[in-house]
Amino acid sequence: MALKRETYRIDVSNDVVRVRQVARSWAAELKFSLVDQTKFVTATSELARNTLEHGGGGTMTAEIVENGTKKGIRLIFDDQGPGIANIELALRDGYTSAGGMGLGLSGSKRLVNEFEINSEPGRGTTVTIIRWK
Amino acid sequence: MDRIPILKVGDCLLVTIQVDMHDELAMSLQEDLTSQIARYGSRGVLIDISSLEIVDSFIGRMLANIAAMSRVLDAQTVLTGMQPAVAITLVELGMALPGIKTALNVERGMQLLQEYMDEGPEPEETDGSEA
Ligand SMILES: Nc1ncnc2c1ncn2[C@@H]1O[C@H](COP(=O)(O)OP(=O)(O)O)[C@@H](O)[C@H]1O
Ligand SMILES: [Mg+2]
Repeated sequence: MALKRETYRIDVSNDVVRVRQVARSWAAELKFSLVDQTKFVTATSELARNTLEHGGGGTMTAEIVENGTKKGIRLIFDDQGPGIANIELALRDGYTSAGGMGLGLSGSKRLVNEFEINSEPGRGTTVTIIRWK
Repeated sequence: MDRIPILKVGDCLLVTIQVDMHDELAMSLQEDLTSQIARYGSRGVLIDISSLEIVDSFIGRMLANIAAMSRVLDAQTVLTGMQPAVAITLVELGMALPGIKTALNVERGMQLLQEYMDEGPEPEETDGSEA
């Protein structure tokens, strides 16, 4: 069960800036260390940009979650874009279909504790991450 | 449209990034810097990122592009003030920013650029495999 939950639209590049700020303030609220905040906000930036650039826009839902005595933040990036045909390939360091660096998925996976991706060609993509305190 | 100001100081261009840039703003900085290097024949570019709280792969690529383009235009780029947490995160993200010179702060960055301008371009780096 989520202790707190908010959903934000990601439709223009300023929304990517805004959800970065949301990730920052929630991570500060849970008293993440500065390095952990930086990793979490960087992963947020990568995934929000993917939602915008590859998914054609969508949402980020942020939740504070608990596991025993541990607290963490779960972010769910959701779009109804073209989806990803080959997830294994998309997760490879350096793979890009659009002239990027190809580090958004693989890199953000390294920056968080839990990472899950669900995608169906033609229906959209959902990426869920958790960073525990 | 808003833009990041570029300061011309002698043969150098100075940029202090103070805002959480959206992607178009970062792209316009890259274009503005390149055209100003060419217009003024600048020999050095100093970019201070001490206020930047994150550098993701988009900003990282922009910084690498600026360094590469200024090199082609015979100017040296120095990146100053990267926060330690940002550096740690960048490496884990998989972006090591090869070929970009860094300095702890603006003062040391200016010294580096001055040395570069006094000495002229550095010799080509070799991987040691050549005779
Ligand atoms: N939300 C998404 N919708 C559709 N495709 C996506 C999405 N996110 C990532 N991808 C695909 O995965 C590839 C790798 O993503 P990423 O690692 O962030 O690299 P980049 O964004 O630099 O291309 C993208 O080029 C794209 O093909
Ligand atoms: Mg990406």
